[in-house]
Amino acid sequence: MAERMSLVLFSGTVDKLMAASILATGAAAMGMEVDVFLTTWGIEAFRKDAYKTNRRVSSDYADYAPVMLEAMAAKKAPSWMENLLGARDIGAVHIAACSMTMELFNLKLDDLESIVDEVTGVATFIERARESKITLFI
Amino acid sequence: MSPALHVDQVVDAKGQMCPMPVLTLAKAMKTLAPGQVLAISATDQGAKKDIPAWAEKAGNVLLRTVEEGNVLTFYLRKAA
Repeated sequence: MAERMSLVLFSGTVDKLMAASILATGAAAMGMEVDVFLTTWGIEAFRKDAYKTNRRVSSDYADYAPVMLEAMAAKKAPSWMENLLGARDIGAVHIAACSMTMELFNLKLDDLESIVDEVTGVATFIERARESKITLFI
Repeated sequence: MSPALHVDQVVDAKGQMCPMPVLTLAKAMKTLAPGQVLAISATDQGAKKDIPAWAEKAGNVLLRTVEEGNVLTFYLRKAA
C-alpha cells in the first residue's frame, strides 16, 4: 500500500491554499496518496466557482496581498486549484468536506467544486490519518 | 567529454515554478517504457535537489545532470 499524507485544510486564504496545494502536488509526485479534510474556511474556498474570485490573503500579511497576487500573475504561477487538479492527474488525491461545517453553512456536496469527493465526519479522517506518514494542519 | 546518451523523450519544464517540474516529470515518465531515457530541463532553483529526490524515490536512475547558466538538464532512466 502506498504511503499517505493527510492534510487538514482549515484556511480559505489564497496564500495558505497555495501552500496546501503545493504540498499535495509534491506528495502525489513522490508517489504518496493524499487525503485532504476540508473544514471551516477551507470549505468556503471550495464552494463552486469561489476560487475564481478568491483574493483573500492571511490578515496578518494583508499589506502584502496585492504584491503577492500580482507576482503570482506575473510569474504565471498555477493557481492552487490547478495544482490540485494536477496532483489528482498523477496520483491518488482524495478530498473530503467536514460534515459539521457543511451543516453549519447549510451546504450540500453539490454546492462544492467537483474535485471534492464526499462529505465525512472527523472520525473518518482520523481513522485514515492514524496510518499516515505525514499529517499537517493548514 | 562524456559519451553521448540515447534519449527517448525530451521534456521542457523551463520557467515552471515548484512543484510543476516534478509534476511534469512524473507525468512524462508514465509514458515511457522501462529502461527508456528521458531528458528534462528546468530553471526552478528547487529542481536541483527535487528531481534527484524524485528519481530516487520512484526507483529511476539519474544518469547525468548538466548545468548551463540557470538551466538544469537531468537525464533519467526509467526503472526496469
